[in-house]
Amino acid sequence: MTALEIKGLWKEYGPQVVLENIGLSITPRAFVALVGPSGCGKTTFLRMLLGQERPTRGTILMDGTPLPPEPGPDRGVVYQRYSVFPHLTALQNVMLGPELRAARLTGRLWGRARKGLADEAAALLAEVGLAGAESKFPAQLSGGMQQRLALAQTLMMRPKLLLLDEPFGALDPGIRAEIHTLMRRLWNEHPMTVVMVTHDLREAFALATRIIAFDRPRNRPEERERYGATVTNDIALWPPRVAGRQTVYDADIVPEQDDLSRFAIHSGTTRPDQGAHP
Amino acid sequence: MRLINISPGNGGRLLLGALPFVLLALAYLIGSALRLADNPGDKLLPSLAAMGRMIEVMAFTPDKRTGDYLLWTDTAASLLRLWAGLAIATLIALVLGLMNGVLPIVRAVLAPFVAFLSMVPPLALLPVLFIVLGLGEVSKIALIVIGVAPILTRDLALTAAALPREQIVKAETLSASSWLIAWRVVLPQIMPRLIDSLRLQLGPAFLFLIAAEAISAEGGLGYRIFLVRRYLSMDIIFPYVIWITLLAVAMDLALRLLRRRLYPWAEPEGQP
Repeated sequence: MTALEIKGLWKEYGPQVVLENIGLSITPRAFVALVGPSGCGKTTFLRMLLGQERPTRGTILMDGTPLPPEPGPDRGVVYQRYSVFPHLTALQNVMLGPELRAARLTGRLWGRARKGLADEAAALLAEVGLAGAESKFPAQLSGGMQQRLALAQTLMMRPKLLLLDEPFGALDPGIRAEIHTLMRRLWNEHPMTVVMVTHDLREAFALATRIIAFDRPRNRPEERERYGATVTNDIALWPPRVAGRQTVYDADIVPEQDDLSRFAIHSGTTRPDQGAHP
Repeated sequence: MRLINISPGNGGRLLLGALPFVLLALAYLIGSALRLADNPGDKLLPSLAAMGRMIEVMAFTPDKRTGDYLLWTDTAASLLRLWAGLAIATLIALVLGLMNGVLPIVRAVLAPFVAFLSMVPPLALLPVLFIVLGLGEVSKIALIVIGVAPILTRDLALTAAALPREQIVKAETLSASSWLIAWRVVLPQIMPRLIDSLRLQLGPAFLFLIAAEAISAEGGLGYRIFLVRRYLSMDIIFPYVIWITLLAVAMDLALRLLRRRLYPWAEPEGQP
């Protein structure tokens, strides 16, 4: 359960102010969608959460402690591109994280440890809908399958915080809808907080519990350099979407959608065929 | 139809590819026949039969003095030098190129120096090598290493540095250390480029080898060519040149197959 506390965060590149005075408090298990126009610093913000960039001023606390200054296994990431390793097969990609964590010198596992990990990885691949593609290289997979693979690879590390940088932006609408269903399920079943950057408002409302919009309040050409973007909208979805619980958005029984009490009862997965699930 | 839209079929490509070879052979045969008709003692463009006789002498008849089959002992001596040089250069380039490409601190120290070194004309250093390392094998191998390693190093460093930053960050989120990023993420991805780069460096490597052998050696393909030059023995030089070329082509092909075998994911189509 990972809470994020962001206080007085500024990011400047030389004279250019990108983000100014961002203050946010993100609850555990939230699914936050960051939206905003191109170039408003959404991705920069995500990179700071990731540890790829340092804030100019301000602090980011994760569960009360400041973020380490570099990326680490507690925070997973899926990019729009380059998220998986082209020289490894799907199975090897998913196995890579645990292998690197366990074998600090060779980066490889052998024997029974490898077998166990391979089984675990294959199970996760099947869970994201990639059963049968274990021995394929990423170049042989479609864009949607590559993103599923990237999700599986990241989830193997059981990150506390999952960061998504326009992960589904390059996919066509049908594939995107399928992967949204998968994404909702993964968020429901894995104990993680998610922050997702997206261009697509529909996607934001389809997945998130909370939508945060970044924009520049001052956007005249002569002001553009010295004033950065900040939080201009902060919308909590109503009725609330709660991780691990069926909600009105996931219901397929249309007539009963009005009865909100119905959806607060079931805890567990939203996976339709399995019912209650821890 | 525009010319740029006309492409030959498979058979056509083979035929067209063979055309320059056939033309060259024809030109040689005609030139040789004309000159020999003028002067049967002409040594400049010997007939195929004359070259065949010399091939027989060099490759299949033991040398009167030493009892060796000269072509094969020359080939063995040269290939040993070439391969030793290329192997050492590859090892140096892998280690330096990888560190250079992965670690910003090493890059700050090494990149300008390697860039400078790769501009030193290796042949100009040959006298120094002969003086310092003697006339034996070491100086010849060293020349190949000095000629090939800096360029390989720079190429690998550029390839490593050109990997998307996302991959490195991703590896960090998968708990990789700097060493593990180099070992499991960067190294496997620069290996195909190493093989390609090595293929391109085969030509220069042969150049350095033959230059070194021409100046001082007791055997070797380059040594033989420059030895028989004194007698204007084109009937030996031509077969030797063709043999060297064939060796280089075979090595190029072998490297290409090795790359396809070991790194199927790196093939241009992306389809292993």
